[in-house]
Amino acid sequence: MAHGPAEGITRWLYTTNHKDIGTLYLWFSFAMFLTGGFFAMVIRAELFQPGVQLVQPEFFIQMTTMHGLVMVFGAIMPAFVGLANWMIPMMIGAPDMALPRMNNLSFWILPFAFAILISTLFMEGGGPNFGWTFYAPLSTTYAPDSVNYFIFAVHIMGASSIMGSINIIATVMNMRAPGMTYMKMPLFVWTWLITAFLLVAVMPVLAGAVTMMLMDINFGTSFFNAAGGGDPVLFQHVFWFFGHPEVYIIILPAFGVVSQIIPTFSRKPLFGYSSMVYATAAIAFLSFVVWAHHMFTVGMPIAGELYFMYATMLIAVPTGVKVFNWITTMYRGAITYETPMLFCIAFVILFTFGGFTGLMLSVAAADIQYHDTYFVVAHFHYVMVAGAVFSGTAAVYYWLPKWCGRMYDETMGKLQFWLAFIAFNITFMPQHFLGLAGMPRRYADYGLQFADWNMVSSVGAFLYGGAQILFLYNVVRTIMYGKPVAEAKVWEGAEGLEWLVPTPAPYHTFTKPPVVISSAAGEDEWTISGATPHVAFKAAPGAG
Amino acid sequence: MLKRALALFLSCSSFVAPVSLGADGDDLGMGGGLTNLNMPRGVTEVSQVAYDVHMLMMWICTAIGVVVFGFMFYVMYAHRKSRGVEAANFHEHLGIEIVWTVVPALILIFMAIPATSALLKVYDTENADIDIKVTGYQWKWQYEHLGEGIKYMSEMRTSIDEIEGREPKGEHYLREVNQPLVLPANKKVRFLITGNDVIHSWWVPDFGVKRDAVPGLFTAAWARVKEPGLYVGECTELCGKGHPFMPIVVEVKEEEDYYLWLAGKKEEAAVYASTIGKQWSHEELMSKGEDVYKISCAGCHQADGNGISGIFPALNGSSIVQGPADGHIAVLINGIAGSSMQSFADQLSEVDIAAVIHYKRNAWDNNVGDIVQPVDVLNFKTAQ
Repeated sequence: MAHGPAEGITRWLYTTNHKDIGTLYLWFSFAMFLTGGFFAMVIRAELFQPGVQLVQPEFFIQMTTMHGLVMVFGAIMPAFVGLANWMIPMMIGAPDMALPRMNNLSFWILPFAFAILISTLFMEGGGPNFGWTFYAPLSTTYAPDSVNYFIFAVHIMGASSIMGSINIIATVMNMRAPGMTYMKMPLFVWTWLITAFLLVAVMPVLAGAVTMMLMDINFGTSFFNAAGGGDPVLFQHVFWFFGHPEVYIIILPAFGVVSQIIPTFSRKPLFGYSSMVYATAAIAFLSFVVWAHHMFTVGMPIAGELYFMYATMLIAVPTGVKVFNWITTMYRGAITYETPMLFCIAFVILFTFGGFTGLMLSVAAADIQYHDTYFVVAHFHYVMVAGAVFSGTAAVYYWLPKWCGRMYDETMGKLQFWLAFIAFNITFMPQHFLGLAGMPRRYADYGLQFADWNMVSSVGAFLYGGAQILFLYNVVRTIMYGKPVAEAKVWEGAEGLEWLVPTPAPYHTFTKPPVVISSAAGEDEWTISGATPHVAFKAAPGAG
Repeated sequence: MLKRALALFLSCSSFVAPVSLGADGDDLGMGGGLTNLNMPRGVTEVSQVAYDVHMLMMWICTAIGVVVFGFMFYVMYAHRKSRGVEAANFHEHLGIEIVWTVVPALILIFMAIPATSALLKVYDTENADIDIKVTGYQWKWQYEHLGEGIKYMSEMRTSIDEIEGREPKGEHYLREVNQPLVLPANKKVRFLITGNDVIHSWWVPDFGVKRDAVPGLFTAAWARVKEPGLYVGECTELCGKGHPFMPIVVEVKEEEDYYLWLAGKKEEAAVYASTIGKQWSHEELMSKGEDVYKISCAGCHQADGNGISGIFPALNGSSIVQGPADGHIAVLINGIAGSSMQSFADQLSEVDIAAVIHYKRNAWDNNVGDIVQPVDVLNFKTAQ
């Protein structure tokens, strides 16, 4: 017997329901997105003109540090965990996540982690001021006292991520509906499964790095202290052994989202399902063996530089496979351009552009000129913002009608898209020029030759910030007053189990597991038995 | 992509001057920045191979982008539902999937060849004519001409009033130092780079030299500059609040001028050595001490000596400052381990240290009254 959610605040505090927890993750990540965005606005306001105007350099580097930490750990990662919570059980025919109580815990420790982290800004001596990469010894010997709170917060975030990913692995491995073989899972589930393994592998490395910092700061060890026989470069190796897979942790679920949405609005199956799976796995593997391309200027031996250069260039191959697959999926489809599709097409273009600059960055001799300049800042915002954030936005528009049973305002969605797309490029395209012309990153002030492009970039950033307010308004308006949607299959071209359950998705889906039936024609069919009327549809494209 | 290509095309046609004070000082005013789009080709072999491989990669990426996005835009236009097309239902094609894996791999191999030879050039640090030791400090650089016995600090000259907008910003805002690194033209110079406190990074774009200055580690880079002139660079590793305020200025002189300059420097050092023994007066020390304090101390401890609560301790009323002179000298000579108070033994001369200590003991509300002489500092150093 299905029962509904509890009343009042306890619904959210005690919930073990994957949809409630998904909702919590999504709202939390959006709150963090606005917070990190506010920090970015402070940065861009200060950089609007040369000179020190609004904030002192000391506070400025706290802002760049917090912007990075909050966006990576507070906005993007929880957003995709929220999507995973909502969608993975519905996509694989599971009644809920495998470990529902741990699911609750992994979410509810997060607000505390970020409360601790952000509170450091109000402490004596200020918050973390060593960049989101927190290189030692700036983050150890020379750090403000609040660094201990930062370390504690990172530990909590790591614990949350590890629990979240163990839950996803357990769910995908154990709770697939009968007949839902691995190679029939939707791409979003596949990319998340691989991401979860990456998380389990590298979050402990991050925990190790901050623990070594903690020991150096408080207990007299010298892991990263050259004067005591330690090595500051060791920190960078440990950090990037976490940090490079981390960027794929952020982008792989985004690949998954795009691989769901492009076929829907092209009304055509994904071109190469299995090659997409293999490419994802290849990218994940390569992400472990390229970390030192972030360190081309620390003075590695040339053999090391050459190896990391070649290995990094290699990532272009599986990434190219993905891009070609998306485009070939669109080829000879019947394409419509609803908001989620617009964001996904922008994703493909801008992410690929970020991939090109990534390829340029991999060339060590040229990287020596690019390293730690705005060229790098531009590059990773092309892959993080136009990559992860655009695809996250697409995902919200795509699944929001399924979640709340109401349709968003298409005109406003498109308006937001065009505003975000144009503002994004005004913000970050000039940063390529700034970096090439010689402006280093994390500069609170700059020479007059950089003034003009910085001003352009700041104007773009304010517009981009405005686009997010429009997003918030559109989502809230949809949830409260949006036009009700009744069809289970909200989008004409949508395929997958989540489009077979009623709209809005009931509090508990699949009280009885759906079953895959192989039909005589060789095409797989799925049925859902139980409360829902029997519906059948063709299996995941290419999965036969 | 198109926008990028157009912009870069513009940059190729309009790009003229390397980023050096002499060459581009005039057109880098507030209005001249929009044409500043590309990497400088620079003046050394290393910077030129870096530039060439950068341009090659960029054009290859541009070409791939034109093909891929061109096809994509065609699809987006031609296969719209609103044109009444029916969706096809094909998927997977082994042949094309092999092609789009193998072709990019071949392009990468083609790219790897120039990338490798460029890197070999970067690492060719052997057989240098001159060695310069570069040490990064919070927030200044120290240069030592190894084997010549000459070393000096190089600090930014732009005033806090310019930075905070109380004075108009000069033409060389944030790009000027009290003493540039001086190098001879047409000599192979090797830089041995290290850090004193945190990690810095020594970057001169026109030389194609960027090497992290890591405490406890020496990294090497090299440059042979053909053209005498002024070349400007920046610190490129976050090193604290003064990160943007430790520019690098290199003055490359003709070989004979370089040796003349070096001889002058040696003479200066000899003259200085003779002043250490001299007895300095209160007024002399106060006035020199104030100058030193402004450059080397006020960044953290603040001009009023009150520090910043929770980060940088106050000197005004401090028991160390007002206590015995030796205690105060010890802090400046040895620094305080585990804090951001660094050792100034290698950064400031004995005269400067004595003057600044004397100044601090007698400035603001402090009024110790005794006189700290350079010879006291020298004696302290020798005793250690």
